[in-house]
Amino acid sequence: MISGVLVIFFLLAGLALLGAVSLIWQSHPIHSALSLILVMVSLAGLYLLMGAEFVAAVQIIVYGGAVMVLFIFVIMLLNAGVEERTNISKMATFGGVPLAMALGLIIAAAIARSSGQMPAPAASGAMSSTRELSKLLFSEFVYPFELTSFLILVAILGAIVLAQREN
Amino acid sequence: MPILENLWIIPLLPLLGSAINGLFGAKWSKPIVNSVALGSTGISFLCAVEAVREFLGYYGTNHKAWVKPFFDWIVAGSFRAGFDLQLDHLTVVMLLVVTGVGFLIHIYSTGYMAHEEGYFRFFSYLNLFMFFMLILVLAANYVLLFVGWEGVGLCSYLLIGFYYLRKSAADAGKKAFIVNRIGDFGFMLGMFLLFRTFHSLDFATVFAAAAKPEVAIEPMGQFGVLTIACLLLFVGATGKSAQLPLYVWLPDAMEGPTPVSALIHAATMVTAGVYMVARSHVLFTHAPTAMYVVAIVGCATAFFAATIGLVQSDIKKVLAYSTVSQLGYMFLACGVGAFGAGIFHLMTHAFFKALLFLSAGSVIHAMGGEQDMWNMGGLGKKIRTTFLCMLFGTIAIAGFPPFAAFFSKDSILFSAYNYPENGKAFYAVGLFAAILTSFYMFRLIWLTFAGEKRYDEHKVHVHESPLNMTGPLMILAFLSLTGGWFAAPALWGGKDYFAEFLSPVFGAGESAGAESSASLEHILSSVAVAAALAGLVVAWRMYGKQVNRGKSEGVHKLLYNKYYVDELYAAVIIRPLMWLSTNVLWKVVDAGMIDGAVNGVADGAAAVGDTLRHTQSGNTRSYAVWVVVGAMVLLGIIFWPILHPALFGGVR
Amino acid sequence: MVPTNYYLILSAVLFGLGVVAFVFKRNIITLFMAIELMLNAVNLAFVAFSQALGKPDGEVFVLFVIVVAAAEAAVGLGIIILTARNRRSLNVEHVDLLKL
Repeated sequence: MISGVLVIFFLLAGLALLGAVSLIWQSHPIHSALSLILVMVSLAGLYLLMGAEFVAAVQIIVYGGAVMVLFIFVIMLLNAGVEERTNISKMATFGGVPLAMALGLIIAAAIARSSGQMPAPAASGAMSSTRELSKLLFSEFVYPFELTSFLILVAILGAIVLAQREN
Repeated sequence: MPILENLWIIPLLPLLGSAINGLFGAKWSKPIVNSVALGSTGISFLCAVEAVREFLGYYGTNHKAWVKPFFDWIVAGSFRAGFDLQLDHLTVVMLLVVTGVGFLIHIYSTGYMAHEEGYFRFFSYLNLFMFFMLILVLAANYVLLFVGWEGVGLCSYLLIGFYYLRKSAADAGKKAFIVNRIGDFGFMLGMFLLFRTFHSLDFATVFAAAAKPEVAIEPMGQFGVLTIACLLLFVGATGKSAQLPLYVWLPDAMEGPTPVSALIHAATMVTAGVYMVARSHVLFTHAPTAMYVVAIVGCATAFFAATIGLVQSDIKKVLAYSTVSQLGYMFLACGVGAFGAGIFHLMTHAFFKALLFLSAGSVIHAMGGEQDMWNMGGLGKKIRTTFLCMLFGTIAIAGFPPFAAFFSKDSILFSAYNYPENGKAFYAVGLFAAILTSFYMFRLIWLTFAGEKRYDEHKVHVHESPLNMTGPLMILAFLSLTGGWFAAPALWGGKDYFAEFLSPVFGAGESAGAESSASLEHILSSVAVAAALAGLVVAWRMYGKQVNRGKSEGVHKLLYNKYYVDELYAAVIIRPLMWLSTNVLWKVVDAGMIDGAVNGVADGAAAVGDTLRHTQSGNTRSYAVWVVVGAMVLLGIIFWPILHPALFGGVR
Repeated sequence: MVPTNYYLILSAVLFGLGVVAFVFKRNIITLFMAIELMLNAVNLAFVAFSQALGKPDGEVFVLFVIVVAAAEAAVGLGIIILTARNRRSLNVEHVDLLKL
């Protein structure tokens, strides 16, 4: 009996995969960026499905709204055109696909093989409310939290230094 | 007993003299160099005399040798080789000869080397030689003796090659050292064998252990441990004391200055082999085979060298072959068991041979450097003192009484005659060699001093040598005359004082045989004198008046070219060795294998680097692929337990 | 309920596709987007585990990943702009100054 949740899952998963494949297939980077946005949105949907609302919201706002917009700004700034087809690296040409496929297969096989050990998912929503999340963030993980603020500061400085015009 | 407690003073003084002269002498004037060199040797001689006096007093009460260990040099497990010095009657003889004759030759050298470059260097080396020689005679164990042995070989090399700018001198020095090394190899093997048998190399321990009654005397013809050890030690002695077949370095060693020839190659260093054999007499008497070999080699060498000396034209070469021949006599004496006689001849030989060499040096000095006797002649009237001294030496070596060598040579021939195994044959060959000795020595005298002069008086200004050269000559001439008188009374039935002096070391048995056949001894001595006289007369007839050189052919050519022994050695030993060194050891092993291995490692590293270089392409995409490969390997390792059935056992 | 395995398999496949994109695309910006895709796949795995274990720890980590990815994107795009200006090309194969 296929429940509705499963249907939605497959739908969202399919979208994500579609976006990922499209990212590879497209020749113009702007199309790849838009495909990535599709992936992120569908992932946000999957987070919602799993009951992680806060994460889903952050995904949309930060990833989709800030990072991807940044990407698109840069693409437009640099006037990136259709990708040229150069094949200087022989290693990538001949080794790439089999390797990547193998990589994915190994991981997937490993996960599939260990299906028995996974505990059943708990009731959704109870544990992952924002309140619980923030409690955890500011008690157990306060140190990494402060460090990330420091990291953002450093990133800002770096970006400013890099973007300076040469004197 | 101050000196006996501090025996090290005797060798140390020349060492200090050598070091001071060597380090500072280059800037000093000759008188200062002289005083350092002569002072150290002279004081050493005085200390030696005092040590002998103290020892004789000590021996009177204790009746054993004086052994004083100073410090432990080698201690390895139960083996101990220390810096131990000893004094016994044999050492007394050697010590007085070495320091006394050495001191006289030092005085002589101040005159002879006065105009030479490197004056201070000469005395530094000469003092260093004295140090090593004294270590050799004072040593109380084989290891320390070997130190002195090697050291005198080193000094011999340094002094033979003193005129190092002359290629022949440098070659002669090398030849001496290398041939000596061959002998030293045998010496070392002998030492190893002795160590293995007796577990010690101290003279006292080894000789006491060998003298025990349970150690059997090895029968003739059997090669037991002691025989082989003694034979190996004798190989060392043949190298150092220039016997067959390792004598070839001694004639070439005449390239060195004449005082060197006198000190090292006549009086002291070459006698080290005889001393060593005499010192080991306990071992040798237990190995009659070895003694027989010693006697044969000594006798053969005595004859062989005498024949070569018959026709030589260089005055020093004649004396060199004469030295080889006389050393053969000493070994003959040791071989037939007359160790005391051998040492006696060693002492008298030191006197007259040093005298002969120094006189020859005086002649060379007078002739302005000429050494070829065919360019001399008629010098007797011009340089009277030298002529007389040399005449004394020649009369001594020929064996005329009452000069020293008559008694010593006579004693040797008499012991040889009485030797049970082919003694008469040894006697006959020895007597014939004595005739030859007398002949070639008087030939030397007549060619040099008699007849008409064969040189150009305008080019050569013959002048007598100064007192610092003739003084030692006269002292040595006196000793050549009187040195044998210790043993003289034995001839008339009295005591042989010299043999009696050495009897604590060698035992009293030697002079015992003399009394039983005193008349035999008289007959043999008369025969010896007659032989010497015959040599003199024949030499006078051939060389006394007018002489023509004549062509060199046939037997004469063979003898003049020393039986082509050097050429033989060069062809048989040296050439194959050089070929081996060049083609195998150098080209194959050194350049090919060792250099190849080292360079190969470097080339290999470079090749590996050259191959791996291509991974650093700078291309991000290939780097990405490598990252993926690495990730897959890691994942494979981690997930292998899970994947294993998936890949191989999963078909259901 | 959706079994956790499904999420994990999806995450794995997305990650693999990200690797493929990284290896095969030649535009620098597209390379960066492939990295973002890989990070997202990992986020999905974290959240799936968080839901399976019932603890919010995984989600906290997802937040950190997002923060880091954002910072990295900012700086990285700055570098890309400079590189593109220097080399006048957006092809990653032309940025090979580290070649031996």
